[in-house]
Amino acid sequence: MAHVVLPRSMAEHTGGVLEADVVGATVRELIAALDARFPGVGELLSGRMAVAIDGEIVGDPYLERVAPQSEVHFLPPVGGG
Amino acid sequence: MSDGNGAEQKLRWVGTRPVRPDGVDKVTGRARYGADFALPDMLWARVLRSPHTHARILSIDTSRALALDGVKAVVTGDDLPEIPSEEAFLGEQPTDFRMLSQNVIARGKVLYDGHAVAAVAATTPAVAERALELIEVEYEPLPYVLDIASATADGAPILHDDLRDRKGNRRPPSNVASTTEMGHGEPEEGFARADLVVEREFTTQAVHQGYIEPHACLAEATADGRVTIWSSSQGHFMVRGYTAKLLGLELSQVRAVPAEIGGGFGGKTTVYVEPLAAALSQRAGRPVKLVMSREEVFRATGPASATRMRVKIGATRDGKFTAAEAWLDFEAGAFPGSPVGAASMTVFALYALEHVRSNGRDIVVNKPKAAAYRAPGAPMAAYAVETVIDEIAEQLEIDPVDLRLRNAAQEGVQSSFGPRYRRIGLVETLEATKAHPHYSAPLGPNQGRGVAAGMWFNAGMQSSAGVLVNEDGTVSVISSNPDIGGSRASLAMMAAEELGIDYASIGVLVADTSSIGFSDLTGGSRVTFATGKAVIEAAREVIAQLRERAAKIWDVDVERVVWSDGAATLTGGEDEAPLSLADIARRAGKTGGPIQSNVSLNARGVGMAFGVHICDVEIDRETGKVDVIRYTVLQDAGRAIHPSYVEGQMQGGAAQGIGWALNEECVFDEKGRLENPGFLDYRMPVASDLPMIDTVIVEVPNPAHPYGVRGVGEVPIVPPIAAVVNAVYAATGVRFRDVPLSPPRVLAGLDEAS
Repeated sequence: MAHVVLPRSMAEHTGGVLEADVVGATVRELIAALDARFPGVGELLSGRMAVAIDGEIVGDPYLERVAPQSEVHFLPPVGGG
Repeated sequence: MSDGNGAEQKLRWVGTRPVRPDGVDKVTGRARYGADFALPDMLWARVLRSPHTHARILSIDTSRALALDGVKAVVTGDDLPEIPSEEAFLGEQPTDFRMLSQNVIARGKVLYDGHAVAAVAATTPAVAERALELIEVEYEPLPYVLDIASATADGAPILHDDLRDRKGNRRPPSNVASTTEMGHGEPEEGFARADLVVEREFTTQAVHQGYIEPHACLAEATADGRVTIWSSSQGHFMVRGYTAKLLGLELSQVRAVPAEIGGGFGGKTTVYVEPLAAALSQRAGRPVKLVMSREEVFRATGPASATRMRVKIGATRDGKFTAAEAWLDFEAGAFPGSPVGAASMTVFALYALEHVRSNGRDIVVNKPKAAAYRAPGAPMAAYAVETVIDEIAEQLEIDPVDLRLRNAAQEGVQSSFGPRYRRIGLVETLEATKAHPHYSAPLGPNQGRGVAAGMWFNAGMQSSAGVLVNEDGTVSVISSNPDIGGSRASLAMMAAEELGIDYASIGVLVADTSSIGFSDLTGGSRVTFATGKAVIEAAREVIAQLRERAAKIWDVDVERVVWSDGAATLTGGEDEAPLSLADIARRAGKTGGPIQSNVSLNARGVGMAFGVHICDVEIDRETGKVDVIRYTVLQDAGRAIHPSYVEGQMQGGAAQGIGWALNEECVFDEKGRLENPGFLDYRMPVASDLPMIDTVIVEVPNPAHPYGVRGVGEVPIVPPIAAVVNAVYAATGVRFRDVPLSPPRVLAGLDEAS
């Protein structure tokens, strides 16, 4: 199971849970699993959100592969100037 | 080339300094910028702007203006479609299209002095100006807020009573548009373990990106509903998308043609003039040109946010940070969307911290909407943190670079914003700083030296590129991104490297939105990285085609054909002379037709970058004037494709950051009117103000890019404010926590200290 870390802003939607071990082979599957556990979170995580998979930041994640031992952080997206 | 893991192959072009493809046009004045385009029967547009800082629009009467001879069209906010709230991502600033539309032209209320209220198209600029005077607007002035303190005070006038949360629910009325919190551990535990805790408050003022070229466009709407826009921007796909959205058009109805860009620095990642010119053209049936004056640029386009910050860092006696926390308030201007989120992510990102927290607030005020500016949010945050670190170093009697080295983030360390770092070059850059002769050079009287570090994430995102083999064997590279910092050159160099051909045989074109696949903005220091990846992939696909064509010519299996040094050679066929790219191109018609490849991708594997700056200043104690007398920028570029343009980015970013530290400031009077809307009064550093800015390119290759590229354009604006302020402290013994350090402020600080 991947270890998922959510932004602190998600706490109000997850009953305060910000870290969870989640089954899923892609970011899409992780989001679906999180949504099943915390209804409504999937929509928030699918919106304007980046992820870092084992340290690599991906701007608009969807089908990225996630290994069972991966650490996945959901982050605000960063663009630039 | 590099395999990205340090294994080196011989490179012919990468790392060299050829002349840029657009160089001759730019130095001879032939290059065409946004204001240079013209069409037959073209009309001239002018914009009426609000004289009020906050007011309700009771009525707008355009009848007298429309009756003026020569006036062909007038638009107001009522003429643009009402669009529902829909999120858009502008540089570093999330906003929504409804608010973007309201910023382009006011609807119901004006929210800052200079807010567009109406636009006129006429046969001459003079007639358009005269028409503006004939538009009658009835306002009901409203109370306003001009800074963070007044905007967040109890009973403050509210700019927007319809702000919504992430789930779309209406929020209680407040000028705090959003909050952000980030970090891990328990800072209070860490502070309790510290031998020294330093907590300080800081402010910075709004500064403008200061691009030399004002916003400018030409728009032509035709009777069949199509719109073509020529404009200067950091992304013509952005121009197409935002203009279409604001005018209710399909993307296929809009074509955006990129002009050369005379500076953007993040400020041209959104639209101001294009939707207005297009709307006027739709009504007039003629092309419309709209060029902002310098005053309009200052009054109505985005500055970087003003900020109010508090930073607290704890450390042990031996210089190990135990905890850090920051409270960051950023002015968004009239609509939500400051870069406080990125500031919260970068504020402690350089350091390995067990306990860390950042708390950000995005606050609306009655000033122009803030826009992205190079590493949005990071320079201000770095100013606060890097000056506190300087103070800790002094109190602990530890060399400031050594203190940073003891706490520097590196591969495997959990970042303050969450994930663990991959390969980064902060330690190498700090070590290069310590070893640089500048760091240990002697100083004279009234002189001081400061050092500061900074980082930026850089971006990947979507890009498209084409590599086309011409009939004579020369090559055209088609880019999807406006060339701001020399990307034509870097893209051509990587194509030449891949194909094994002469750089001079490659032409580069930045194609319009109907001629190449979609690309995200030229921003986030991403083009040489991301669009470069598309070029490399396209070049490799072209090589595959060239090998197939050579195999056909030789009538052999393609596996026997090798591509090297710009030619196909036949393994096991020593009697066959190699086929050059030109040989194969000339026979392309006989072997299957034109040879070319277009690649679109979403670039992964972006490499973060770090920089360290050394600044020497000399203080005139009589006047308070600060002169930067020596300045060195050291930065991990991953791999510099064209070192001159990397160095140019490093120097340019440093110069802008020095201006931010010393003089630049949007000065508003008590009524919210900008008092310095021009370069005479908005004091940017010019060449005579600065020494030669020395550069050291540190190269810790990004393993995820074929040549090791990291972005380079934004990091260099991050450390300067802190580097300058630390240097001024070293020279004066006064810690300044409000910038800019204009002579009166420095003099006041010196007087107070004495």
